[in-house]
Formats: sequence, structure tokens, C-alpha cells
Amino acid sequence: MKNHSLRPAAGLVLLAAATLGLLVWNICAGSVYLPPGEVLAALLSPEEGGIVWGIRLPRVLAAAILGGALSVSGFLLQTFFANPIAGPFVLGISSGAKLTVALALVAFLSRGVLISSMAMVAVAFAGSMISMGFVLLMSRRVRNMSMLVVCGIMIGNICSAVTDFVVTFSDDSNIVNLHNWSLGSFSGTSWENVRLMAWVAGVALVLAFLLSKPIGAYQLGEVYAQNMGVNIRRFRVELILLSSLLSACVTAFAGPISFVGIAVPHLVKSLFRTARPLIVIPGCFLGGAAFCLFCDLIARTAFAPRDMSISSVTAVFGAPVVLCLMASRRGGREGRL
Amino acid sequence: MSEIRLHTENLSVGYGRKTLIGGIGLELRQGQIMTLIGPNGAGKSTILKSLIRQLPLTGGTVYLAGKDMAALSERDTARRLSVLMTAQVRPELMTCFDVAAAGRYPYTGRLGILTPEDREKTARCLELVHAAGLADRDFSRISDGQRQRVLLARALNQEPEVLVLDEPTSFLDIRHKLELLAILKDMVRTRRLAVILSLHELELAQKISDWVVCVRGDVIARQGPPEEIFTPEYIADLYGAARGSYNALYGSLELEAPSGPPEVFVIGGGGAGIPVYRRLQRQGTPFAAGVLAENDLDCPVAQALAAEIVTEKPFRPIGDGAFRRAAAVMERCARVLCPVAEFGAMNEGNRLLRELARDRGTLAD
Repeated sequence: MKNHSLRPAAGLVLLAAATLGLLVWNICAGSVYLPPGEVLAALLSPEEGGIVWGIRLPRVLAAAILGGALSVSGFLLQTFFANPIAGPFVLGISSGAKLTVALALVAFLSRGVLISSMAMVAVAFAGSMISMGFVLLMSRRVRNMSMLVVCGIMIGNICSAVTDFVVTFSDDSNIVNLHNWSLGSFSGTSWENVRLMAWVAGVALVLAFLLSKPIGAYQLGEVYAQNMGVNIRRFRVELILLSSLLSACVTAFAGPISFVGIAVPHLVKSLFRTARPLIVIPGCFLGGAAFCLFCDLIARTAFAPRDMSISSVTAVFGAPVVLCLMASRRGGREGRL
Repeated sequence: MSEIRLHTENLSVGYGRKTLIGGIGLELRQGQIMTLIGPNGAGKSTILKSLIRQLPLTGGTVYLAGKDMAALSERDTARRLSVLMTAQVRPELMTCFDVAAAGRYPYTGRLGILTPEDREKTARCLELVHAAGLADRDFSRISDGQRQRVLLARALNQEPEVLVLDEPTSFLDIRHKLELLAILKDMVRTRRLAVILSLHELELAQKISDWVVCVRGDVIARQGPPEEIFTPEYIADLYGAARGSYNALYGSLELEAPSGPPEVFVIGGGGAGIPVYRRLQRQGTPFAAGVLAENDLDCPVAQALAAEIVTEKPFRPIGDGAFRRAAAVMERCARVLCPVAEFGAMNEGNRLLRELARDRGTLAD
């Protein structure tokens, strides 16, 4: 019993340290290298125009917050569908948000109106909920785990195709930005964005954490959860709203980011050797933050001064994890029968 | 009379708006085991699922400890009633201790953190189901029998007054079946639990139940103590079993008797005849059995399987009448088998029958 209680604490400390280390490294690295001492000095004396406060810090904070939000969103969806390969990206929820955000941007930008970050989040949330609605409809008909994911990928592809269509045919000078965004990127994050995403993600995360207890019960299946006193209907609505809100927040600010939502929860659960939500939810947040910081570091520095899309980098590191996960599942099942 | 824990009033259950079974009146008391039996698809699970609120009722009321269950909060219900259902659970990365500890849900705080007392209770429940050694094992990597026991520990950990089990013995081998039911019986005796379960093993249902409810399609066909329900005629009728029969005394099932006039005569008694009757039935050979005292061990099986049977009144030596009838039947049979080795005053008649068969040259070795 003693080992069991030590492992999660040690794991959380490790993840927090990794996140912090990567935060600093991310601020240091870039087209102009800043030694840690200089970064520290700059951090202590805020000046609006500098590289640290003006450009790197908001971007780094966005990567950490959004990465964490994405992983937690994935964990919630995996709980909901009792499916380890569910996530906002594979289920098409990110793409739904992407589509509505693109539509809104094109519609407003062509009239020369700038929309606020708050409105962007709202629009993205609407898009997530529409995709989620389709996935839920499909999940009533298909009971099979992999078929559900295939359905999600189809929904995602349809949304992406429509987004591409919209982007291609809208003639605006801002289209370059829109194009970058639709591939996924943390670049160009403003302090206003950071403040808003911190609020939205923060509230959603606290709410998710408070759901730890019913999530734990739900891991034993709906029947037992209900018998133990979970109000299933309300709980399911809460899970859907929270996971959609978290992934909408990510998509609104950084575009769709692939595989983080599946890979990170899986890695965190393997690291902690438990699926207890009380530990896994904070673990997922820290893990997702570290993972996205690491991926953004590569996206920014590998082909500097050009930025890669963050999604390409997360896919390179995340997709193999997902493949391993699917392979080990299959193996486990055959071993049992 | 002990207290009523769960009762229903004119309950009707079904799916959606469609009622499958209506007019259900059940009354489950403290320290009682109530078993639902009936053919596959008769609606046993539907009733249980409705009782635990997994399915909405199509009519009527379920009362838990005298209170309308629909008005009870989730937590109140959870503290009074717990379940073990057939749905397979394969949670990832949960130890058996974690699974059993989940039963503490209605007693823990906002975040569900276990107190030392909760841990102690969980450990005790695992002990009760003889699964203390499994505590640290991964729940998805133990056998089906162990898994059922751990899930039972989870259910007990909820400290319920009523325990609902849906076919808890399916997927289990004979040893685990007996173990599970023995634990259940102990719980009922020591904790005064009220248990309602469905079973399809009639022989087990007959032995474990205090009250039996027969479910057939659209009605509760009959309910009562096991002595009233488990009669050969009623069980055959309930299951619509035209072929074969149910032996109420032994709680065993017998296949159909081979048809036609008897070809073999079996001199039986004291249990020696049963394996021979069964072998002949398997081979499809019609046979006659005799002379058996009406209270002989062989008699119920012979009645189920033999084409003809010659009996004598209980506790009496085989009389002249019975001997002559048996000799007449034996004459029509081409072969005579005599698995009985011991003869005494009571079955002297059978020894004479054997001598007769030997003289005729029909006695097989």
C-alpha cells in the first residue's frame, strides 16, 4: 500500500519539474538564444516590448495551458466512451470547432470586423458541440470501439474538407494567418488570449477535477456507477460539456492539434500505473503541458526561423504511442480468450 | 416475521413504453433469498434491471425499506441496495482492492478519498469473499470466478440491506458456483441481508432459495417456497419441456425415456441401478426396472427413464405379487442386467429373479 501512495506523488513532482524546465528552455531557445540568466532577469523586470514578455512568454504559456487542456479533454472523452483511443481530434470534435471558427473568421474578416477571443471560443464551442452531437448519434448505433473512431475520423475529414474549401475561396489578405491557424500553431498568441484561455481552461479543469469521484465510479461501467449513486444522465452531460469546452478552447486559439488527447493520458496512466482520476487529471494537465512545450520547441527551432505546424510535431510523437496502445490492446484481448 | 426490505406494487416492466411483464407483486424480507427462475428470455433480467432503476418502470411502484424508490436520492438508494450484474467490466489499471473500494462511493466525500476506516472495511469485504490475497492483483488479469467474488466484495462494501444479483453463477465452473452461493448464504445468515437473484441452474435455485418466483414471458406464473415450485409437473410446464423431466427430490434433470417395449430388464436397488439406467438411456435402449421399493434410491430415476417399472411398497420384503409381475416383464426382455451385488431379506425376491434369468440364459455378465 505504501508504494501505491508514493508513486503518484513522485510522478506529479516529476511532471511538474519537467513542465517548469521545458517552460524555461522554451523561453531561452529561439531565433535569438537567450541564456537562462538573462531570461530570469527579463522575467523579473517586465517590459512590454521585449522578446521574453512580448513574444515568447505568452506563446509558451499558451502551449502549456492548451496542451494540458487538450489532454484532460482526451481523458474525459476516453472515460465517456470507455474507449482508450477516443480523443477530441480522432472523434472530429477539434475539426468541428475548426470549421465553425474558419467560417466565422471568413465571414467577419471579409467585412473588416475583428472578432474578440471570447467570441472565437464561443464559436469553437458551438462547432465542437455540433461534431459531438454527430458522434453521439453514431455511438448509439455502433457499439464497437474502433467503428466509433472511424466515424469520428470521417466527421473530422468532412469538416476539414469544408474548412479547406472555405479557406481556398475566400480572398482576403488575412488568409495566410487563417491558413497557418487551420494547421495548428501557438504563434502570435497575445496576452489577452492567454488571460482568456487561462480562465476558461482553469475553470473547466477545476470542474473536471471535482468530477473525479463519479469518473472513478464510471470506469466500472454505467450500471455499477448508477448503483453507487451517480446521477448518470447529469454526469454524462457534464462530461460532454467539459470535454467539448476544453477542446474548443484549444482549437479557438491554436487550431486543431492531433494525438495529444490520446497519447498523453495513456502515457500518464502508464507512468502512474493507475487510472484514478484524482491523480490522472492533474497528471494529464502537467503531462499535456510538458508534451506540448516539447513539441512546440521542436516546431519553432527545428527549421528556424520557419515555424512548423504544431500538429505535425505532435503527430510524430503522439501517433506511435497510439499505435502501440492499439497493438497492446489487441494482444491483451487475445491473451485472455 | 422479519422486516420487509423491498416490495413492489402492481409493478410492470418493459422497454420504452412497451410493457413486457405486468402486475408484479414481490415481497422480499430481511434474511431471505428470493430467486427468479424461468426460461431464457422470460424477463428475469428485465425485472431485476427495473428494480435497480437501470430501466424506467412502465407502471407501478418499487418500495425500498417502505419508501417509494423513485423519490429516494441516488445516495440513499446506494446505501440500501447494491448489485452484481452480468455486464462484463474490464476497467484498466485497477487493482482488485480498487474495485472493491469503489463500493464505498456513497460514504466518501466530494472527491471520494478513502479514509482508513473505508480501507479497513474494503479489506474485510475482500476477506469475506475469500479474495484477500487478490487485493493487489490487476482486476483485468484474474479468472472469471475471482472477478465475480471481487465484484461481490464491492457490492457488500456498499453495506446494503438488499443485494440484487443477475445470474451471478454464469461463466463460473461448478466449484466457483458453489463457493459463490455459499458466501451468499453466509451473508444472509450473518448480516441479515435480503437477496434477490436470477438463476438458471434449477438444482441450485432449489437449494439456495427461501422463495421462488417463476417468470414466464408476460406474467409471474407462480411464486412460493421451493417445495411448492419444484415439482416435476410444474417445472416441465414452466419451461415447456416436453422431452425429459425434472427430478424434484434430487434436483436433477433427466432426459427423455427411450420409446418402445422394454428390451432389457434391470434388477436394481440401493443406487446400483442408476448408472445402468443412464447408460441404457444414452444407448437408446428401452428397458424395464424392477423390483424396486417405492422409496429406493433408484426409484425416481427409473420412473423417469424406464419403459416399465415394477415396485414394492416401502420397508417390505419383495412380495409374491411383485415377483410374479417382474418375472412376466422379464420374460419379454431379451437380456437381463443385475448390477446389484448384495442380497438380504428385503430383496430376496430380486435374487430369485436373477437365478431365474440365469436359468433362462438371458442374464448378461
